[in-house]
Amino acid sequence: MEYKVPSKEGYFGKYGGKYVPEILIPALIELEAAYAETQNDPLFQKEYHDLLQEYVGRPTKCTFANRLTDYFGKAKIYLKREDLCHTGAHKINNAIGQLLLARNMGKTRIIAETGAGQHGVATATACAKFGFECVIYMGAEDMERQKLNVDRMRLLGAEVRSVTSGSQTLKDATNEAIRDWVTNVENTFYIIGSVVGPHPYPMMTRNFHRVIGDETKTQIRKLEGRDPDYLIACVGGGSNAIGFFYPFIENEDVKMIGIEAAGLGADTDQTAATLTIGTPGVLHGSLSYLLHDAEGQIQLAHSISAGLDYPGIGPEHAYLHDIKRVHYYGITDEEAMKAVKLVSDKEGIIPAIETAHAFAYLETLMPLTQKDEIVVVNCSGRGDKDMKTISEWFSGKEL
Amino acid sequence: MKPRIEKLFENRKDDQKVMSLFITAGYPDLNSTVDLVLGFEENGADIIELGMPFSDPLADGPTIQFASNRAIENGITMSAIFGMVKEIRKSSEIPIVLMGYINPVLRYGTEQFCKDASESGVDGLIIPDAPIEVSAELAIEAKKHNLNLIYLVAPNSTDERMKQIDQLSSGFVYCVSVTGVTGARDGDEIARSVVRFIDRVNQNVTDNPKLVGFGIRNHKDAVTISAKLDGFIVGSALIDTIRNRYPDPDWFNHTMDFVKDLKFGKIEHQK
Repeated sequence: MEYKVPSKEGYFGKYGGKYVPEILIPALIELEAAYAETQNDPLFQKEYHDLLQEYVGRPTKCTFANRLTDYFGKAKIYLKREDLCHTGAHKINNAIGQLLLARNMGKTRIIAETGAGQHGVATATACAKFGFECVIYMGAEDMERQKLNVDRMRLLGAEVRSVTSGSQTLKDATNEAIRDWVTNVENTFYIIGSVVGPHPYPMMTRNFHRVIGDETKTQIRKLEGRDPDYLIACVGGGSNAIGFFYPFIENEDVKMIGIEAAGLGADTDQTAATLTIGTPGVLHGSLSYLLHDAEGQIQLAHSISAGLDYPGIGPEHAYLHDIKRVHYYGITDEEAMKAVKLVSDKEGIIPAIETAHAFAYLETLMPLTQKDEIVVVNCSGRGDKDMKTISEWFSGKEL
Repeated sequence: MKPRIEKLFENRKDDQKVMSLFITAGYPDLNSTVDLVLGFEENGADIIELGMPFSDPLADGPTIQFASNRAIENGITMSAIFGMVKEIRKSSEIPIVLMGYINPVLRYGTEQFCKDASESGVDGLIIPDAPIEVSAELAIEAKKHNLNLIYLVAPNSTDERMKQIDQLSSGFVYCVSVTGVTGARDGDEIARSVVRFIDRVNQNVTDNPKLVGFGIRNHKDAVTISAKLDGFIVGSALIDTIRNRYPDPDWFNHTMDFVKDLKFGKIEHQK
């Protein structure tokens, strides 16, 4: 299949677009032009890729998970080790890319939203490296459950602003970041942390993360002489997943699975399984699937993982879901926490709770695979930041 | 019958500024909206912008966020809003514009929404997060159901874009006085930055009447900022007035005094 989205206007099928106040339209037009320029600018590309190599630590490894493979006794399992990126997750690929863009555009002030804090830390890190003023919006509830990342951001010189409106999580942090952007649009660049937001953000963020899939392709071809049979990644907004999937989309032999956070279950109201139970709507600047009630009011998502606790999803995922190129499933809090333990035990890797959602799907997938097949899980982040939640979850339970 | 908004601007005298008031439907409670609107009209309002509350109002400051949340808690629905408009229409011909975010409109169904709005007696729509790029369907349905679709221009809109917005708008053009979210501001802050913007608006927006909004707190702000335009819009300062007094027994009369002051100035109407 030929895969060419988004359109010039920023649509993935019917999803995407620019649903923003008039004030932001000039900023988006300026951003589109600046981004397009960098695509053909060898100096920009070299600087970006040099930073990925020498600062972020790319290419990240592709590790054969021998004990997990033995445990399931079916297909071979590999892990794409985004947890080994500087700052502990894939988010920095995009933060560095957008920061270079901001610098080229002459913006002096950076803002970002963060859920789990990984994007906030990545942005604060990039700002420290380049000497930019940095303001991070974070929900008060997330600041509590990801305190370590709050401390990291502050140490890196960022101002972390607590958001107390709404659910006090990622959705509300994003609202507040957009309000800041609307107010300070002249000098401020908004580094969006996922493949959400108005065009060109979903496309741009995807392209800054495609290095994950590009490397995986090269690495698996070298190790196995072919492309993998299955790719699995967790999906909140969906940035690690889209970066991982994108270079494989045209090869229809590669089956792709996106894992949403089902919270207490996709059949309860305590869930973040947007594609599983949501319907199309507009949030944060683009049309995609949403969790919202009959009146179009956004519903509060729930997930034990702050990074997946979001009632929307990137428009490209909505499109890939509709055309059935990627299949999306929900994993509950409980299943994810079991996977945290399993992967720690079997591979000596403590995954982020977000990432553990992808691992949890192995329980369902592996029995259906063949021994000569290859599964790659995108190990999108490490779990150090989650130790408080993990300890509380397992306290009193037998480890 | 002539469209109400068109008629209003045709009959406007040069020295009279049109005053448009924004109130969130269902705030401060579901039963007050109709009385508030009728009271606003009696005390000098020329257009009513009835806010359709949304859970995530990302172009709004704290005041309208608060009012939206309260209205949602009060149980506001789209059909309740249409019911309010029908009730108002029993005794008033004041132009009513629904203002809100695109998601509740899409959820209701754009076509059905325009049909029901029109049948209830709504005159126009302002959907700030549906700029001209993404509102083709809305524009078609609005036109089909005789609703004015009012777009916004901002200080950073280019001349070319202002012209385009003018062409696609009907009823009036909403001029956002400052880059930022809604909310009352220091009058001087607005006055300083707004002069050049308003000159550009007058050069480029020539088909439609022009109302200016965002940040206006009182009569003095209003007359200063709208001097070269057709009128002004007040929202947050009005809601703040209600919020400071509600539910004291005199909250309603107090609000109406504020509206009168806004339109005519404190000194004049006290004489």
